Amino acid sequence: MGKNEYAIECRGITKRFGSKVLANDEVDLQLKYGEILALLGENGSGKTTLMNMLSGIYRPDAGEILVNGTEVFINSPVDSMRLGIGMIHQHFKLVDVFSAMDNIAIGTKGKREAPAKMREKINFISERFGLQIDPDKKIYDMSVSEKQTVEIMKVLYRGSDILILDEPTAVLTPQETERLFAILRKMRAEGKAIIIITHKLNEVMSISDRVAVLRKGKSVATVETAMTDELKLTELMVGHSVDLSIRRPETEKKEGVLRVEGLSVMGSDGTRALDDVSFTLRGGEILGVAGVAGSGQKELCETITGLLPYESGSIKLEEMELKGKSPFEILNLGVSISFVPEDRLGMGLVGSMGITDNMLLRTYYKTPGYFIDRKPAKAMADKLIDKLQILTPGTETPVRLLSGGNVQKVLLGREIEAAPKVLITAYAVRGLDINSSYAIYDLLNEQKEKGVAVLNVGEDLDVLLGLCDRIMVLCHGKVTGIVDAKTTTKEQLGLMMTGAMRDHRTETEAAHV
Amino acid sequence: MSEQIQTHKEPLIRVSKRKELTPRQATLLKLLSLVLALIAGGIFLAVLGFNPLVIYATIVTGAFRSTLAIQGTVKIMIPLFISALGVTLAYKMQFWNIGAEGQIIIGAIFASYFGLFHSNWPRPLLLVVMLIASMIGGGLWGLLPAIFKNKWNTNETLFTLMLNYIALHLIAFLRDGPWRDPANPGFAKIATFTENAILPKLFGIHIGWVIALILFVLVYIYLKYTKHGYEISVIGGSKATANYAGMNVKKIVLRTIFLSGAICGIAGFSNAAGSDLTLAMGVAGGVGFTAIIVAWLADLNPVGILIVSFLFAVLDKGSSVIQSSYGLSTDCSDVLEGIILFFVIAGGFFVKYRFVLRKKKNVGTPTQVKGGEAA
Repeated sequence: MGKNEYAIECRGITKRFGSKVLANDEVDLQLKYGEILALLGENGSGKTTLMNMLSGIYRPDAGEILVNGTEVFINSPVDSMRLGIGMIHQHFKLVDVFSAMDNIAIGTKGKREAPAKMREKINFISERFGLQIDPDKKIYDMSVSEKQTVEIMKVLYRGSDILILDEPTAVLTPQETERLFAILRKMRAEGKAIIIITHKLNEVMSISDRVAVLRKGKSVATVETAMTDELKLTELMVGHSVDLSIRRPETEKKEGVLRVEGLSVMGSDGTRALDDVSFTLRGGEILGVAGVAGSGQKELCETITGLLPYESGSIKLEEMELKGKSPFEILNLGVSISFVPEDRLGMGLVGSMGITDNMLLRTYYKTPGYFIDRKPAKAMADKLIDKLQILTPGTETPVRLLSGGNVQKVLLGREIEAAPKVLITAYAVRGLDINSSYAIYDLLNEQKEKGVAVLNVGEDLDVLLGLCDRIMVLCHGKVTGIVDAKTTTKEQLGLMMTGAMRDHRTETEAAHV
Repeated sequence: MSEQIQTHKEPLIRVSKRKELTPRQATLLKLLSLVLALIAGGIFLAVLGFNPLVIYATIVTGAFRSTLAIQGTVKIMIPLFISALGVTLAYKMQFWNIGAEGQIIIGAIFASYFGLFHSNWPRPLLLVVMLIASMIGGGLWGLLPAIFKNKWNTNETLFTLMLNYIALHLIAFLRDGPWRDPANPGFAKIATFTENAILPKLFGIHIGWVIALILFVLVYIYLKYTKHGYEISVIGGSKATANYAGMNVKKIVLRTIFLSGAICGIAGFSNAAGSDLTLAMGVAGGVGFTAIIVAWLADLNPVGILIVSFLFAVLDKGSSVIQSSYGLSTDCSDVLEGIILFFVIAGGFFVKYRFVLRKKKNVGTPTQVKGGEAA
């Protein structure tokens, strides 16, 4: 089969959702064989929509897609697979109780090949691209990065020449990311065409040959990576110049607002989600929490707020023991703990309710009487809309219809309004665009300057290093270090995240500035 | 693999999710589906050789042609309306209570106990006791699956469904055994209530309709303006959010399901003491199931439930009139009711989804390389 220069060409792809949302507006995209193309854009800029059309989940309303020079209609993921396009989703699509090999066999056409033959083929591909895979290992025994390797193997095994990776590094440590990039470079050398979707500009710079930037559904530019830099890319993405530095104001620290000692928590799967965790949180500081996804971050937040019971250890809020207290009792201590959970619409807010009713969530029972008093909540909603510049048609519009950034402003705004002593935020800027993210950082800094003790669980190490005063690293529920953000590097954090390096400053942490 | 590149056409029709409609658009869509239902039903009638317009007119006039007819229509509406209000409480909380039928029956049984065996009590006292008994009966019958759900996370859909059959056969047991009317030796039935246990009439209809209207106001206020109502909405939105807000989810579930069952129980009381004047096997007669459809068609909105249950009652009453006037068999009017229901429910589908037809391909050559220009 003769190879065209372009693996994929999208011409004038347009996709509408409903009458108003134009997710893709005449998008053009070219992907060559033997190159890595980074697809860059803020949330809601249409990246995922475009990729979903390539993988057969959506159909374009207008425009054409050419694969290897021939116009094609991709009606289903099966069509996409047949065309040699392999998609590696952010959320893995693997059967947990199956082995790697069984997962690879799922969805292949024709008769299942004999295990020996499959193993041979898997080994051949592994060697060629530098993948490390144990075909007989069960998925549930695998780490996140191993699972991702299986996903990649699935796609290669089917003979795909075109790979699309949707935010593949979001769940990886810096070291694992490097390993993935080495694999991708080998694939490029073998002539595969690769699209990588990512938010992280430094990764774009290190891995890609060209960058295609989408903004508000339109393709704004395609540039050679060597000819650009992070700032220029950001400007293309946002549409105006931005300041990428994060403020870290100096504040006076107040000792021991929250003391956690020897905290151990059972996870839902019966393993230890938190194992002997100790730290103190001071007023006027932001303590970052880093770790590979699922290292106990969620359990830590939920234990402090009383949502999860704990086996042993103690949590003291200004000398008050929280053990055995229900979330309701903790809410009513008078010293308030505010919590911005990871799942904003599933836990922090009610998606079907307007801003007013969501304001009531933490306070509705405090007014006397049987009836609910919406007046103060409405006033608070109006105040927040005004103060945080929340874009909404009205206070009664269901919050699930708002954009991610506005949803987060509603949630964080409500939690801040409670004038907390301790503010816990989990992945506060996940899924937000650059402007909203910086607005959230400002809000957190504002709280810090007010003397609030902030515990901020994050995933972007650059942001954690820029925003936080100290960073606590979790690995498999254990604290592997609490370090000063000003003097730590990303590589050190990465090593602590995998438990390879234990920071010895932990014990002397109290003496640390 | 890539040799067999597929360039076949896109399918003629495909389903795609649409953007959320405004409540106004959604209502319009539902009205449109009602019109389409009438057209489709009309074709069915025309094929049978009837003039659809005449038949439709008869359905409407049939439901209102005389005071008696209007009273009949309202009588059909009362239990439907009350039990739809009842299940709404549970559905608002995302508790799939399809046990209204059983709750109606148990409510009727509890009320009937006093109606049958304490008929010497003064009438107002007896009726109030019967009302309260029906609420307790229906409530407890609802509480049962809720307790199991709380404790062992059992499936409430199956649980409530099964309880319906137990309730139904409980009446048969009472009829054939302990409550059998000794005055009627040949034919097993439960004795007719005495005057004391029968609901008085107002404007020719038993005062079940007054109870229904009072319940309507209470449920409306309860859901919209009370703390309990707010808690129900939050739990319906997300249990995790309710926990996060410090709510005692289990307690609220029990409380709400008890109320839901209690309201359905009232429907049973009203049917037994107002319409049947005894405890009959058909005291619920499928109303508990129709109520589920009514509640959902009305989007769990009490005002909507008032309207929808009224329309259902008109359709039901009107159909019985065309049966007698035009000799249209029961089956035909059932088909007609089915067609209308089908369309209205399908209308609900189109609130969320739409069909996309294959379009002609646009021929123009798309712009090359950079596509930054505004469309």
